[in-house]
Amino acid sequence: MGARPPHLLDFQDWTPERLGAILDNADTMLQVLDRPVKKVPALQGLTVCNAFFENSTRTRTSFELAARRMSADVLTFAAGASSVSKGESLRDTLEVLTSYKVDAYIVRHHAAGAAHLVARYSGKPVINAGDGRRAHPTQALLDAYTIRQEYGSLEGKKVAILGDVRHSRVARSNAELLPKLGAQVVLCGPTTLLPPGLAQMPGVTLTTDPREAVRGAHAVMALRLQRERMSGGFLGSLQEYADTYQVNDTLLKEAESGAIVLHPGPMNRDLEISSDAADGPQSRILKQVENGQAIRMSVLYHLLVGRN
Amino acid sequence: MTPKATILTADEVRRALTRIAHEIIERNKGAENLALIGVHTRGIPLARRLAEKLSSLEGVDVPTGMLDITLYRDDLSEVAQQPIIRETQVPFDLRDRRVILVDDVLYTGRTVRAALDALIDLGRPAGIQLAVLVDRGHRELPIRADYVGKNLPTAASEVVKVKLQETDDVDSVELWDMEALR
Repeated sequence: MGARPPHLLDFQDWTPERLGAILDNADTMLQVLDRPVKKVPALQGLTVCNAFFENSTRTRTSFELAARRMSADVLTFAAGASSVSKGESLRDTLEVLTSYKVDAYIVRHHAAGAAHLVARYSGKPVINAGDGRRAHPTQALLDAYTIRQEYGSLEGKKVAILGDVRHSRVARSNAELLPKLGAQVVLCGPTTLLPPGLAQMPGVTLTTDPREAVRGAHAVMALRLQRERMSGGFLGSLQEYADTYQVNDTLLKEAESGAIVLHPGPMNRDLEISSDAADGPQSRILKQVENGQAIRMSVLYHLLVGRN
Repeated sequence: MTPKATILTADEVRRALTRIAHEIIERNKGAENLALIGVHTRGIPLARRLAEKLSSLEGVDVPTGMLDITLYRDDLSEVAQQPIIRETQVPFDLRDRRVILVDDVLYTGRTVRAALDALIDLGRPAGIQLAVLVDRGHRELPIRADYVGKNLPTAASEVVKVKLQETDDVDSVELWDMEALR
């Protein structure tokens, strides 16, 4: 299975076997979430710090619940309500948190590489919960898990990811992870939102044609159009974008029959995804949220258990 | 390499399980409302065999389940390797049932403690009893078995190996020197 990586920052040091073990153990974690007592004592006595330097509700709560379900104590640190807003550096903040005897860090930061910095200084396992446009590994793992749940395996599956690829850490992490697990990834969006460098990743192709991207796909993922980042002339108009790249029932006709629809959330309904597709029988968007908790429990287990 | 001693042969394993099945029936005044839950790995086939014996003796189908205690171990922060999580499957309601937890060897009692915690998190049985094929002593917790196939005083330097058809292609209980297995 290879040596166990000390952190989950991206998938560089992770073998397909270790990644497969995380997905396998998520099955057990889902079972735990179905029980009358939705909690196991596996991480009893450990303290996990949810260090969120960027706003997030669903990822933060998902991690927080995951840690609590494993019986860890959770210290939640929100930058907006901390000394960071008074000018304290990330490193000084970390030293304060370290003195609280934290055993692991879950880090979200607007700057790419911030989680690596925490990993270097904290001396404790770090899980990247999203850093800039670079990586969001647990989101990619829950996407992979949701696809595997549907088809039993990712081997030979085609996954189309449509939208604002340029600003999406979710797209990047999926492009890194899914081919490691045997899937083929097609990234699609308008030229302005499709960095050509991504085509060099193994198992990844790029296209500006949404019909081509979705043709024969087993899973179709719409990315959130980050409207706050659209002021740089990336798009002609939102309507034009929706007319061409929206994941809707018409576009889904190109995919494999029964292809599943994914979205990392939060959604701009009727912009990057139609309500019909978001709420239809092919949608697995709520399943992704449920699976997210199980995946994060599994990641915490893999990083923390037996570490001493 | 050979074991120091063979403690139970295949016939003796069979007889020990038959005796345990009779004791279960006697103690519980039949086999109604019982369930057998085996602890991974060898507790599972033992639970299934006991269920078959109860069925043939009493004509009652006793449901069986499997329990993995990995997430309940009290040494998870210390184990050198990441333990493998296996399947827990208890496809029946535990309420109002007397559950018989089944394992191959009773040693320190820590596995049983973890199993009790895991079981109680799945529901609230009317009672829990413990059946083991071998009790080798060295308890570290105040736990004792209700049904024992063989009481076997051992040294801490010895290893008890239970082999079953379902997992090892043979039924036997052997005593080994730990050194010989290294």
